[in-house]
Amino acid sequence: MEIFDLTVYQLKEMMEKGTITAREITSVVLARIRQFDADIRAYVTVTEEDALAAAQEVDQRRKDGEKLPPLAGIPLGLKDNICTKGVRTTCSSHMLDNFIPPYNATVVEKLNKCGAVLTGKLNMDEFAMGSTTEFSAFFPTHNPWDLERVPGGSSGGPAAAVAAGEAIYALGSDTGGSARQPASFCGIVGMKPTYGLISRSGVVPFASSLDQVGTLTKDVRDCALVLNAIAGHDPKDNASAAVDIPDYTTFLTGNIKGKKIGVPKEQLGDRLDPRVADVFKKALDKLEELGAVVDECSFPHAASAVPAYHIIAPAEASSNLARFDGVRYGYRAVPDDGKEYDLLEMYMKTRGEGFGPEVKRRIMMGTYVLSSGCYEKFYLKALKVRTLIRNEYQRLFQDYDVLVTPTSPYLPFRLGDEVDDPLELYHSDSYTIPVNMAGLPAISLPCGFAEGLPVGMQLIAPAFAEGRILQVAHAFEQNTPYHQQRPPLKEKKGSES
Amino acid sequence: MGKYEAVIGLEVHVELRTRTKAFCSCPNEFGSEPNTNVCPICLGMPGALPVLNESLLEYGIRTGLALNCKIAQFCKFDRKNYFYPDLPKAYQISQYDLPLCRSGYLDVETEEGARSIGINRVHMEEDAGKLMHGEGKADFSLVDLNRGGVPLLEIVTEPDIKTPEEARLFLENLKTILEYLDVSDCKMEEGSLRCDANISLRPAGTDIFNTKVEIKNMNSFRAVQRALEDEMERQYALYESGESPVPETRGWDESTGSTIVMRSKEEASDYRYFPDPDLAPVVLTREKVEQIKETLPELPAARKQRFVEEYDIPAYDAGVLTSSQELADYFEECLEGYNDPKKVSNWVMVEFLRLLNTNNMDVQEAKLTPSHLVEMLQLMEKGTISGKIAKTVFEEMFTTGKRALTVVEEKGLMQISDEDQLAGIVDQVLAEHPEVVEDYRKGKKKALGFLVGQVMKITRGKANPQMVNKLLLSRIQ
Repeated sequence: MEIFDLTVYQLKEMMEKGTITAREITSVVLARIRQFDADIRAYVTVTEEDALAAAQEVDQRRKDGEKLPPLAGIPLGLKDNICTKGVRTTCSSHMLDNFIPPYNATVVEKLNKCGAVLTGKLNMDEFAMGSTTEFSAFFPTHNPWDLERVPGGSSGGPAAAVAAGEAIYALGSDTGGSARQPASFCGIVGMKPTYGLISRSGVVPFASSLDQVGTLTKDVRDCALVLNAIAGHDPKDNASAAVDIPDYTTFLTGNIKGKKIGVPKEQLGDRLDPRVADVFKKALDKLEELGAVVDECSFPHAASAVPAYHIIAPAEASSNLARFDGVRYGYRAVPDDGKEYDLLEMYMKTRGEGFGPEVKRRIMMGTYVLSSGCYEKFYLKALKVRTLIRNEYQRLFQDYDVLVTPTSPYLPFRLGDEVDDPLELYHSDSYTIPVNMAGLPAISLPCGFAEGLPVGMQLIAPAFAEGRILQVAHAFEQNTPYHQQRPPLKEKKGSES
Repeated sequence: MGKYEAVIGLEVHVELRTRTKAFCSCPNEFGSEPNTNVCPICLGMPGALPVLNESLLEYGIRTGLALNCKIAQFCKFDRKNYFYPDLPKAYQISQYDLPLCRSGYLDVETEEGARSIGINRVHMEEDAGKLMHGEGKADFSLVDLNRGGVPLLEIVTEPDIKTPEEARLFLENLKTILEYLDVSDCKMEEGSLRCDANISLRPAGTDIFNTKVEIKNMNSFRAVQRALEDEMERQYALYESGESPVPETRGWDESTGSTIVMRSKEEASDYRYFPDPDLAPVVLTREKVEQIKETLPELPAARKQRFVEEYDIPAYDAGVLTSSQELADYFEECLEGYNDPKKVSNWVMVEFLRLLNTNNMDVQEAKLTPSHLVEMLQLMEKGTISGKIAKTVFEEMFTTGKRALTVVEEKGLMQISDEDQLAGIVDQVLAEHPEVVEDYRKGKKKALGFLVGQVMKITRGKANPQMVNKLLLSRIQ
């Protein structure tokens, strides 16, 4: 394997042994970006100089005999909705094209303390709204396994970068599956922790009650290492939970004998692509083979989760995104004739020109469901559905240790295939959305391939039981080869020229 | 007008004097350079999250308890969504259907007797920034966000107020209570206390609700009363001419003494309230509320009552003395040194308040402290100075902050009680005015006053009056 194919853990071991330096790793990753990102288009901004300087500092500290955290010197990329002080943070929107935050997100502060090396900011669906990264206002990102296909979304940039070796790991965000589904499409591990485990401070909100920072890593051990670094209470986030954070690597025992695993049958219905169903079925067999007790169970309200989500999330988004009004920062529309718009015109033109089609669609839906007369009919009802879903999970977790579903009913779409069918796209997240509605932790990990494309499996646990899903995921991973597969990337743009 | 009665409700916004803002740690200060007390949170930068300032909650509970409200065991914050350049997030964090406090009342003493004004609710919210329009000929407006995120309480009364005067009295009482609670500066001119009023008229004695009109822009309690009086007349004239008021918001114009239309209520905005997902609901235990209750100071009404009973002073005097906490404290501190409530109350209410008013000063600003007054009263009691001289001493102490004895010594105001010295002066006066002595002896008792006056004139007021009386009488009777 090449350096860029290695995991955080492997590279950490090598650095500790002295067989490689952070600067060398960083140079390799930066070269990889130069070589392949013209095809993949994962990066919105590459921070080459800062990355090399940070790597060099880590090397110096290690040379000085300092004991460094596991993430020290390992290059990572951040989804472009995670605020980085002094580094442009665009949310892949024209609205924030020129926005340079004067502050770091809490997760960035935590990573900086670990000596992390940031290689840049990664592409996404505009303001995290979408499932293909085609709604980026700048350019779509391509799936490293098949450049004609989407990497999933909205954290398509982070997932594609990690899969392509353009970052060793990445952070994304997950509001309805935005970390798990791209992880599934790109054949890597994506974790959405419990709502409240990781601070949202400095992460540009989409839907505040659903948003959570997610991790994108090459395997489960890396996921545990990254969680160790970024989990924990933050007084800056009112939703942040004051819970004790375990060392997540201690759950990686390899033993899942007797674990009770539930498979909600409603999530194996019509929409599920038979090719995905096949792979998933084999994965379930594998889990049984490893000693787990796999059982079909019922999750009757699963079907209501998607419509309820598409009321709650846009409602919150319509309010969260109202601040982008051209008054203080970001894009402001100005007339061509050098004059000034009046206030109302300025608002309307700024928002009309600054936001893309999916963001506008959600703002309009959100505004509608909160408007007088609709609130009770839609918003309040959706909140009730949310409670039902929460209760249903609670009931299921009385009988099962974890629940398992495919991460997505589909294989990665071809670019352009789904972008004009918003409803179909919304339904493609039907396995991941209920998890956000209940605030639970879930992981997506590679569980096989269909027609050369990765398929992901989702494990769900009760709140703050991240350790439990890491344990099951790790055992599965250790007994399957999928996480070691890397996309067969050949330079496309390079060979053409 | 007698055919109609007014139905008035008030909405009062109170800026709380917490150390920091409602949802961030920026200083809560008035008068700083524009846009200096700001941070990513109160600027509404993306990703910055609000965190509740616990003092806001505590101040809200204190106020609710003082207004006899029920404190909610569960309340939440909601977003009020609208676009305006002074509102950086394009929503205001406020409370909609589950406010912190409900169902209270405040008693007001009117000429017709005591009236209890219902408090519908007290809720917590954040203030918006300030816009400055058209400085000079500029065709732009400037935004100052220092005030953005400053904690506010909104206090909403029931439509229980019957006259404009009652509205003013309510506000005065409310201000006194808020000052006692030490939760706000209550300075209308700095905007830390703002009041909007809703008013409608109805045939006297009925309980119907006619179209109401909202009045804004009143920057003093007096203005509230005047604006409501003006609006009553306007609505009265409309009804008398067969018309009716339309639902609208009118602004009070101090210079013309009338209200003008600001906007029609028909274009009412839809604020799309919904629970703020960034802030957890507030759950209060009975213990916590009880704890805060125990820290409440004695409130104006209770203190007034106690003054009447404990110090045996008239209700009116007690009312004046307790109209501000500082004044009431001042009074009681004086009593600790000189336990004659009536005497002390006279000096505080008459002389002290007069001087404060003429100099436009607060109690705390006065150089004349309770111990100054106590020492002066002791000098009077000892006969070192007369009551008349005391007024001079009091004014001098007020101006300079010097102690009473120092003033008396420096100005030579010591009372003359030396009998020999006074006898000489008395004899001189009698010799100079034999005709007055004659009048007195003929039964014109008032003549004695003239003679005393002459002695006082010669001694520049310092003669011991009782002694002068005695000496005069012993000679002319």
